[in-house]
Amino acid sequence: MNHASYLIRSASLLGTTTADVLVRDGVIAAVGENLGESAEGATVIDAAGLVALPGMVDLHTHLREPGREDAETVETGTRAAALGGFTAVHAMANSSPVADTAGVVEQVYQLGRESGWVDVRPVGAVTVGLAGEQLAELGAMADSRARVRVFSDDGICVSDPVMMRRALEYVKAFDGVIAQHAQEPRLTAGAQMNEGRVSAVLGLAGWPAVAEESIIARDVLLAQHVGSRLHVCHVSTAGSVEIIRWAKERGINVTAEVTPHHLLLTEELVRSWNPVYKVNPPLRADADVHALRAALADGTIDIVGTDHAPHPREAKECEWASAAMGMTGLETALSVVQETMIESGLMTWADFARVTSTAPAAIGRLSGQGRPLEVGEPANIVLVDPAARWNVDPSAMATKGRNSPFAGMELPGRVVATFFHGHPTVLGGKLNSPYVHGAI
Amino acid sequence: MRHLLDTESLSRANAIAILDTAREMSAVGEREVKKLPALRGRTVVNLFFEDSTRTRISFEAAAKRLSADVINFSAKGSSVSKGESLKDTAQTLEAMSADAVVIRHWASGAPARLATSGWIDAAVINAGDGTHAHPTQALLDAFTMRAHWSRLSGVPSVGGDLSGMRVLIVGDVLHSRVARSNVWLLRTLGARVTLVAPPTLLPVGVEHWPCGVSYDLDAALEAGADAIMMLRVQAERMKASFFPSTREYARRWGFDDARLARLDALKLAETIIMHPGPMNRGLEISSAAADSPRSTVLDQVRNGVSVRMAALYLLLSGGMPAAHAPTSAPPAAKDHS
Repeated sequence: MNHASYLIRSASLLGTTTADVLVRDGVIAAVGENLGESAEGATVIDAAGLVALPGMVDLHTHLREPGREDAETVETGTRAAALGGFTAVHAMANSSPVADTAGVVEQVYQLGRESGWVDVRPVGAVTVGLAGEQLAELGAMADSRARVRVFSDDGICVSDPVMMRRALEYVKAFDGVIAQHAQEPRLTAGAQMNEGRVSAVLGLAGWPAVAEESIIARDVLLAQHVGSRLHVCHVSTAGSVEIIRWAKERGINVTAEVTPHHLLLTEELVRSWNPVYKVNPPLRADADVHALRAALADGTIDIVGTDHAPHPREAKECEWASAAMGMTGLETALSVVQETMIESGLMTWADFARVTSTAPAAIGRLSGQGRPLEVGEPANIVLVDPAARWNVDPSAMATKGRNSPFAGMELPGRVVATFFHGHPTVLGGKLNSPYVHGAI
Repeated sequence: MRHLLDTESLSRANAIAILDTAREMSAVGEREVKKLPALRGRTVVNLFFEDSTRTRISFEAAAKRLSADVINFSAKGSSVSKGESLKDTAQTLEAMSADAVVIRHWASGAPARLATSGWIDAAVINAGDGTHAHPTQALLDAFTMRAHWSRLSGVPSVGGDLSGMRVLIVGDVLHSRVARSNVWLLRTLGARVTLVAPPTLLPVGVEHWPCGVSYDLDAALEAGADAIMMLRVQAERMKASFFPSTREYARRWGFDDARLARLDALKLAETIIMHPGPMNRGLEISSAAADSPRSTVLDQVRNGVSVRMAALYLLLSGGMPAAHAPTSAPPAAKDHS
């Protein structure tokens, strides 16, 4: 089943040229017009009106396994990813136990291979137990079968400047990158939402923009000083964008990420007191949303990362201050980016492929992902119906999490098919079957 | 209007309806038999997730004077302290057929969550939530001010508002649900409010509030005030560097004996001094000020019962017009500009 052949007929490649794509033996065997004759025995998929894109790569996914299988498992999270158009996800390290040893990252990697819906690339913790006190065995994780290249204490900031410096330096030995959750802890003690106009009225403890911006400013200077690669997770403020723009102009090796929810939603939603809107970093003001969109369009922000953070129902069925932070995002990312970036005229589908596939694969040093739709390339492809519109219904999602902030919204764009190693994990907008990895 | 959750969304008509009804209720408190049959057979639950004897007994007295059955449910020593969720507690009360839930909670927004979650059908009255709102406190403050304002102008208070009244709210605005509720209600009633506080104890974003802001209490007094509301300041705030010491706080922002004398010098003969209680004598207010004829502290306590009777009565009897603006935000911010 894995290596049947498929003829994707009349797809719009990156939304530009229309062509047939022949998928055979896990790779793109041919691209061109009227490939019907050379595609004997291939299953034909009519892709007229559909946009073909490289499979999406998420640099920021919480799969919750091991430890919080009530919230999500590798199996359910990667099903959601495939349905969302992804062919690779990076599993964040804040599981229980924390992914701070070769053993845990290999476990997650193996669970991903067994599931077979997408490539699962574990992110390794920077510090033991995310505690910020002692470097985890980064080299052992890099050398493990999981080949970890992205390291992050995400959820918690590596706030100690010496620890951050050492981590940035150390991962140079194996071409790693530190993905920083930029949040100055003292400025955000007890923080509940963006600090500003709305927090003042609601009486919720504020999470000021400066707590993010001051860490990013420090980290880009550290990255410059030691000549390292820095990735900034979930950038959420206009001020952060300015600092990253400044750093890039100086040639500092920094990349940045924005989440779909920060591209669409604002702090005004907190007035509803519905904890589905509680997230870290928090939803910001309208001016931030527009600065983030502009930054993604002009390349200051390199990628979209979902920060998919499923939670069990009870974690959100409570008063705001007691609720967990985080939102699901894998199954809505494509639509939200289409809504905010493409429908608005800020980006093309080719740009979309860059920020959701090519660039994140490059940051994660992920071979075989984020490749062009050309002959000989691995067949990681997603087919999108850009004209479709759908109503977001969390109860119909594959993720265990029901905490989608987009619930009830009508969004454009629907994933029709996802090819992973040439195998359709999604067909007709529904899960098909997983890819079966060969023996190693 | 089904619930009383905050004052930001309380219309002028509803605010005045509550104040006018409270005035009728206050007459009951002066009778030998302090009881009306209005809520006979109805059940009011005082659901307190945070200690507040003063507010609880005020609500209890209000409900009992209206002949309601009152159940006091304190989180301390109950299943709540053993980790029961707000949802389960609410549904337990629902199963016991509570008609109104008076809720005090340490978390901002908990009453709104209770009212809009679908967990419960009862009317919800916010008796103070976190640092968000305390609408019945603001209403009793406004009731106290309106009585004073009408006495000065010689105009009957019924139907009236606070147009033109100059009000200073002094102290820890940042952590004060009393200030947050007063600012909106007093704006709605036409008063001119100035907040006076150390810059550390004002929220970022206060510049968008419908009031003035000053860091200088003496200058604010100089500019004139008809009511001065002192807010409670917790001495522990000094540990988090909100101010250097209680003495420095008292010197700069406390209503001390010198400032009490200053009112006479400024010919502010009719200016009242208010405090929601409990007071820190010697910190935000001196004993002489608290006990002076200008002080309305005990009037406020007395008026609290009347205002809470009015709120309970209007919510449970359906006597409040439905002109209550929605408190929830639009479902999504969709903006392509």
